[in-house]
Amino acid sequence: MIGPFVHLRLGLGFSPRIARFGTFGMPVRSRTSALQSLPECFVIPSDACAAHRIRDHIATRLREGGYPERDVLDVLQALDEAMVNAIKHGNCCDSKKMLRISFCVDQDCFQICIEDEGQGFDPANIADPLSPECLEIPCGRGLLMMRHYMSEVSYLEPGNAVMMVKKRCGCE
Amino acid sequence: MAAQPKRLLEVQTIDNVAHVSITQGRILDDQIIQQFGEQLNSLVDQSGHERILLNFGKVEYLSSAALGKLVVLRKKIEAVKGKLALSNIDPTIFEAFKITGFDRIFKIFDEEQEASQFLQK
Repeated sequence: MIGPFVHLRLGLGFSPRIARFGTFGMPVRSRTSALQSLPECFVIPSDACAAHRIRDHIATRLREGGYPERDVLDVLQALDEAMVNAIKHGNCCDSKKMLRISFCVDQDCFQICIEDEGQGFDPANIADPLSPECLEIPCGRGLLMMRHYMSEVSYLEPGNAVMMVKKRCGCE
Repeated sequence: MAAQPKRLLEVQTIDNVAHVSITQGRILDDQIIQQFGEQLNSLVDQSGHERILLNFGKVEYLSSAALGKLVVLRKKIEAVKGKLALSNIDPTIFEAFKITGFDRIFKIFDEEQEASQFLQK
Protein backbone atom coordinates (compact mmCIF):
# COMPACT_ATOMS: atom_id res chain seq x y z
CA MET A 1 0.00 0.00 0.00
CA ILE A 2 1.67 3.20 -1.04
CA GLY A 3 -0.83 5.86 -0.13
CA PRO A 4 -4.13 7.44 -0.91
CA PHE A 5 -3.68 7.62 -4.64
CA VAL A 6 -6.04 6.64 -7.34
CA HIS A 7 -4.58 3.42 -8.65
CA LEU A 8 -5.96 2.57 -12.05
CA ARG A 9 -5.53 -0.09 -14.61
CA LEU A 10 -5.32 1.02 -18.19
CA GLY A 11 -8.36 2.11 -20.10
CA LEU A 12 -8.03 5.67 -18.97
CA GLY A 13 -9.36 7.33 -22.05
CA PHE A 14 -6.16 8.94 -23.20
CA SER A 15 -6.91 10.80 -26.38
CA PRO A 16 -5.20 9.25 -29.42
CA ARG A 17 -3.27 12.32 -30.51
CA ILE A 18 -0.19 11.82 -32.59
CA ALA A 19 3.04 13.13 -31.23
CA ARG A 20 4.83 15.62 -33.39
CA PHE A 21 8.05 16.00 -31.44
CA GLY A 22 10.90 14.36 -33.20
CA THR A 23 13.49 16.89 -32.26
CA PHE A 24 15.96 17.11 -29.37
CA GLY A 25 16.99 13.55 -30.18
CA MET A 26 13.62 12.23 -29.11
CA PRO A 27 11.65 9.68 -31.11
CA VAL A 28 8.15 10.43 -32.36
CA ARG A 29 5.49 8.28 -30.67
CA SER A 30 1.75 8.15 -30.64
CA ARG A 31 0.20 8.58 -27.21
CA THR A 32 -1.95 5.45 -27.43
CA SER A 33 0.81 3.13 -28.61
CA ALA A 34 3.14 4.56 -25.99
CA LEU A 35 0.70 3.93 -23.16
CA GLN A 36 -0.79 0.60 -24.20
CA SER A 37 2.01 -1.36 -22.62
CA LEU A 38 1.90 0.41 -19.24
CA PRO A 39 -0.39 -1.61 -16.99
CA GLU A 40 0.05 0.27 -13.71
CA CYS A 41 -1.26 3.79 -13.36
CA PHE A 42 -1.37 6.18 -10.41
CA VAL A 43 -2.93 9.61 -10.24
CA ILE A 44 -1.27 11.74 -7.58
CA PRO A 45 -1.51 15.36 -6.46
CA SER A 46 1.27 17.79 -7.36
CA ASP A 47 3.24 17.59 -4.15
CA ALA A 48 6.60 16.29 -3.07
CA CYS A 49 5.26 13.76 -0.54
CA ALA A 50 3.09 12.03 -3.10
CA ALA A 51 5.96 12.04 -5.58
CA HIS A 52 8.21 10.43 -2.95
CA ARG A 53 5.78 7.64 -2.30
CA ILE A 54 5.50 6.84 -6.00
CA ARG A 55 9.28 7.01 -6.28
CA ASP A 56 9.71 4.54 -3.41
CA HIS A 57 7.08 2.24 -4.89
CA ILE A 58 8.79 2.22 -8.29
CA ALA A 59 12.19 1.57 -6.66
CA THR A 60 10.69 -1.40 -4.83
CA ARG A 61 9.14 -2.74 -8.03
CA LEU A 62 12.44 -2.45 -9.90
CA ARG A 63 14.35 -4.23 -7.12
CA GLU A 64 11.68 -6.93 -6.97
CA GLY A 65 12.12 -7.27 -10.72
CA GLY A 66 15.83 -7.95 -10.20
CA TYR A 67 17.09 -4.74 -11.78
CA PRO A 68 20.70 -3.92 -10.84
CA GLU A 69 21.08 -1.13 -8.29
CA ARG A 70 22.76 1.10 -10.84
CA ASP A 71 19.69 0.88 -13.08
CA VAL A 72 17.43 1.63 -10.12
CA LEU A 73 19.43 4.75 -9.22
CA ASP A 74 19.45 5.91 -12.85
CA VAL A 75 15.69 5.55 -13.06
CA LEU A 76 15.17 7.37 -9.76
CA GLN A 77 17.39 10.27 -10.82
CA ALA A 78 15.49 10.66 -14.10
CA LEU A 79 12.13 10.14 -12.40
CA ASP A 80 12.86 12.85 -9.85
CA GLU A 81 13.78 15.32 -12.57
CA ALA A 82 10.69 14.43 -14.60
CA MET A 83 8.34 14.73 -11.63
CA VAL A 84 9.86 18.06 -10.57
CA ASN A 85 9.38 19.36 -14.12
CA ALA A 86 5.79 18.12 -14.19
CA ILE A 87 4.93 19.60 -10.78
CA LYS A 88 6.76 22.91 -11.16
CA HIS A 89 6.56 23.73 -14.84
CA GLY A 90 3.58 21.62 -15.93
CA ASN A 91 1.18 21.98 -13.02
CA CYS A 92 2.73 25.23 -11.70
CA CYS A 93 2.82 23.70 -8.16
CA ASP A 94 -0.99 23.78 -8.10
CA SER A 95 -1.94 21.06 -5.63
CA LYS A 96 -5.37 20.73 -7.28
CA LYS A 97 -3.73 19.60 -10.50
CA MET A 98 -2.75 15.96 -10.77
CA LEU A 99 0.04 13.90 -12.22
CA ARG A 100 -0.74 10.66 -13.98
CA ILE A 101 2.08 8.15 -13.72
CA SER A 102 1.87 4.93 -15.72
CA PHE A 103 4.61 2.37 -15.79
CA CYS A 104 5.60 -1.17 -16.57
CA VAL A 105 8.47 -3.24 -15.18
CA ASP A 106 9.38 -5.81 -17.83
CA GLN A 107 12.05 -8.44 -18.00
CA ASP A 108 14.21 -6.35 -20.34
CA CYS A 109 13.13 -2.79 -19.77
CA PHE A 110 11.27 -0.37 -17.55
CA GLN A 111 8.87 2.10 -19.17
CA ILE A 112 7.20 5.06 -17.56
CA CYS A 113 4.97 7.91 -18.65
CA ILE A 114 4.48 11.01 -16.50
CA GLU A 115 1.67 13.28 -17.58
CA ASP A 116 0.78 16.65 -16.08
CA GLU A 117 -2.18 18.96 -16.58
CA GLY A 118 -0.15 21.77 -18.09
CA GLN A 119 -0.18 23.24 -21.58
CA GLY A 120 2.83 21.21 -22.62
CA PHE A 121 6.01 22.45 -24.22
CA ASP A 122 8.22 21.70 -27.19
CA PRO A 123 11.57 20.36 -25.97
CA ALA A 124 13.10 21.67 -29.19
CA ASN A 125 12.60 25.18 -27.82
CA ILE A 126 14.78 24.53 -24.80
CA ALA A 127 18.22 26.02 -25.23
CA ASP A 128 21.22 23.72 -25.06
CA PRO A 129 22.23 23.83 -21.39
CA LEU A 130 25.81 22.94 -22.34
CA SER A 131 26.27 26.00 -24.54
CA PRO A 132 28.57 28.59 -22.92
CA GLU A 133 25.78 31.18 -22.65
CA CYS A 134 23.45 28.72 -20.87
CA LEU A 135 25.93 26.87 -18.71
CA GLU A 136 25.27 29.06 -15.71
CA ILE A 137 21.54 29.66 -16.08
CA PRO A 138 18.81 27.23 -15.08
CA CYS A 139 17.59 25.85 -18.39
CA GLY A 140 17.20 22.26 -19.50
CA ARG A 141 19.62 20.64 -17.07
CA GLY A 142 16.90 18.31 -15.76
CA LEU A 143 16.10 17.21 -19.31
CA LEU A 144 19.75 16.65 -19.98
CA MET A 145 20.00 14.42 -16.92
CA MET A 146 16.87 12.48 -17.87
CA ARG A 147 18.30 11.79 -21.31
CA HIS A 148 21.59 10.68 -19.80
CA TYR A 149 20.17 8.32 -17.21
CA MET A 150 17.47 6.75 -19.36
CA SER A 151 17.77 4.74 -22.58
CA GLU A 152 15.01 6.71 -24.35
CA VAL A 153 13.13 9.91 -23.58
CA SER A 154 10.26 11.19 -25.70
CA TYR A 155 7.48 13.73 -25.27
CA LEU A 156 3.89 13.09 -26.27
CA GLU A 157 1.79 15.83 -27.78
CA PRO A 158 1.09 18.49 -26.65
CA GLY A 159 4.29 18.10 -24.64
CA ASN A 160 2.69 17.54 -21.24
CA ALA A 161 3.63 13.86 -21.01
CA VAL A 162 7.10 12.41 -20.97
CA MET A 163 7.72 8.80 -21.86
CA MET A 164 10.97 7.23 -20.64
CA VAL A 165 12.47 3.81 -21.15
CA LYS A 166 15.33 2.23 -19.23
CA LYS A 167 16.76 -0.93 -20.73
CA ARG A 168 17.99 -3.32 -18.09
CA CYS A 169 21.76 -3.34 -17.85
CA GLY A 170 23.01 -6.00 -20.25
CA CYS A 171 19.85 -5.86 -22.36
CA GLU A 172 20.93 -2.90 -24.52
CA MET B 1 4.60 28.37 13.77
CA ALA B 2 6.91 27.79 10.80
CA ALA B 3 9.29 24.86 11.13
CA GLN B 4 12.89 25.73 11.91
CA PRO B 5 15.00 25.39 8.73
CA LYS B 6 17.16 22.30 8.78
CA ARG B 7 20.87 22.92 9.19
CA LEU B 8 22.37 21.57 6.00
CA LEU B 9 25.89 22.91 6.31
CA GLU B 10 28.59 22.61 8.97
CA VAL B 11 31.16 25.36 8.78
CA GLN B 12 34.64 25.44 10.24
CA THR B 13 37.02 28.28 9.43
CA ILE B 14 40.66 27.27 9.13
CA ASP B 15 43.34 29.72 7.93
CA ASN B 16 40.79 32.06 6.41
CA VAL B 17 39.10 29.26 4.49
CA ALA B 18 35.53 28.22 5.30
CA HIS B 19 35.51 24.42 5.31
CA VAL B 20 31.87 23.63 4.63
CA SER B 21 30.59 20.11 5.00
CA ILE B 22 27.21 19.40 3.46
CA THR B 23 25.37 17.32 6.03
CA GLN B 24 22.32 16.39 3.99
CA GLY B 25 22.70 13.15 2.06
CA ARG B 26 19.89 13.75 -0.38
CA ILE B 27 19.33 17.22 -1.77
CA LEU B 28 16.17 16.57 -3.66
CA ASP B 29 13.04 18.13 -2.12
CA ASP B 30 12.08 21.58 -3.25
CA GLN B 31 12.09 22.85 0.34
CA ILE B 32 15.51 21.33 1.09
CA ILE B 33 16.91 22.73 -2.16
CA GLN B 34 15.59 26.16 -1.24
CA GLN B 35 17.18 25.98 2.20
CA PHE B 36 20.38 24.63 0.69
CA GLY B 37 20.57 27.67 -1.60
CA GLU B 38 19.81 30.10 1.21
CA GLN B 39 22.41 28.59 3.52
CA LEU B 40 25.04 28.58 0.77
CA ASN B 41 24.31 32.22 -0.02
CA SER B 42 24.52 33.23 3.62
CA LEU B 43 28.12 31.98 3.71
CA VAL B 44 28.98 34.99 1.57
CA ASP B 45 26.16 37.45 2.30
CA GLN B 46 25.98 37.07 6.09
CA SER B 47 29.20 35.40 7.20
CA GLY B 48 31.40 37.23 4.72
CA HIS B 49 33.41 34.19 3.65
CA GLU B 50 35.38 34.70 0.46
CA ARG B 51 37.25 31.41 0.29
CA ILE B 52 34.96 28.45 0.52
CA LEU B 53 35.62 24.74 0.37
CA LEU B 54 32.50 22.64 -0.12
CA ASN B 55 32.93 19.05 1.00
CA PHE B 56 30.43 16.69 -0.67
CA GLY B 57 31.56 13.62 1.27
CA LYS B 58 28.14 13.00 2.81
CA VAL B 59 26.11 13.79 -0.30
CA GLU B 60 24.55 10.76 -1.95
CA TYR B 61 22.14 12.44 -4.28
CA LEU B 62 21.89 15.81 -5.98
CA SER B 63 19.19 17.05 -8.33
CA SER B 64 19.69 19.48 -11.19
CA ALA B 65 17.93 22.19 -9.15
CA ALA B 66 20.42 21.71 -6.32
CA LEU B 67 23.28 22.00 -8.81
CA GLY B 68 21.77 25.33 -9.85
CA LYS B 69 22.27 26.66 -6.31
CA LEU B 70 26.00 26.05 -6.64
CA VAL B 71 26.05 28.34 -9.67
CA VAL B 72 24.50 31.13 -7.61
CA LEU B 73 27.13 30.65 -4.90
CA ARG B 74 29.87 30.67 -7.51
CA LYS B 75 28.64 34.02 -8.85
CA LYS B 76 28.51 35.51 -5.36
CA ILE B 77 32.07 34.42 -4.67
CA GLU B 78 33.25 35.80 -8.01
CA ALA B 79 31.60 39.12 -7.17
CA VAL B 80 33.76 39.45 -4.05
CA LYS B 81 36.81 38.13 -5.93
CA GLY B 82 36.90 35.06 -3.72
CA LYS B 83 37.55 31.40 -4.48
CA LEU B 84 35.41 28.28 -4.39
CA ALA B 85 36.54 24.67 -4.42
CA LEU B 86 34.58 21.42 -4.26
CA SER B 87 35.91 18.15 -2.88
CA ASN B 88 35.08 14.55 -1.98
CA ILE B 89 32.42 14.17 -4.65
CA ASP B 90 31.09 10.63 -4.98
CA PRO B 91 31.54 9.25 -8.54
CA THR B 92 27.77 9.00 -9.02
CA ILE B 93 27.34 12.65 -8.05
CA PHE B 94 30.33 13.63 -10.16
CA GLU B 95 28.53 12.09 -13.12
CA ALA B 96 25.79 14.72 -12.67
CA PHE B 97 28.49 17.43 -12.73
CA LYS B 98 29.88 16.00 -15.97
CA ILE B 99 26.50 15.64 -17.67
CA THR B 100 25.65 19.25 -16.97
CA GLY B 101 29.08 20.59 -17.88
CA PHE B 102 29.62 21.77 -14.32
CA ASP B 103 32.91 19.93 -14.10
CA ARG B 104 34.18 22.67 -16.44
CA ILE B 105 33.08 25.64 -14.37
CA PHE B 106 33.92 24.43 -10.85
CA LYS B 107 37.30 23.65 -9.33
CA ILE B 108 36.88 20.06 -8.18
CA PHE B 109 39.37 18.08 -6.10
CA ASP B 110 39.40 14.51 -4.90
CA GLU B 111 40.36 15.38 -1.35
CA GLU B 112 39.71 18.28 0.98
CA GLN B 113 43.43 18.84 1.55
CA GLU B 114 44.11 19.52 -2.14
CA ALA B 115 41.15 21.85 -2.29
CA SER B 116 42.36 23.66 0.80
CA GLN B 117 45.82 24.13 -0.70
CA PHE B 118 44.25 25.61 -3.85
CA LEU B 119 42.21 28.04 -1.78
CA GLN B 120 45.18 29.21 0.28
CA LYS B 121 47.27 30.10 -2.77
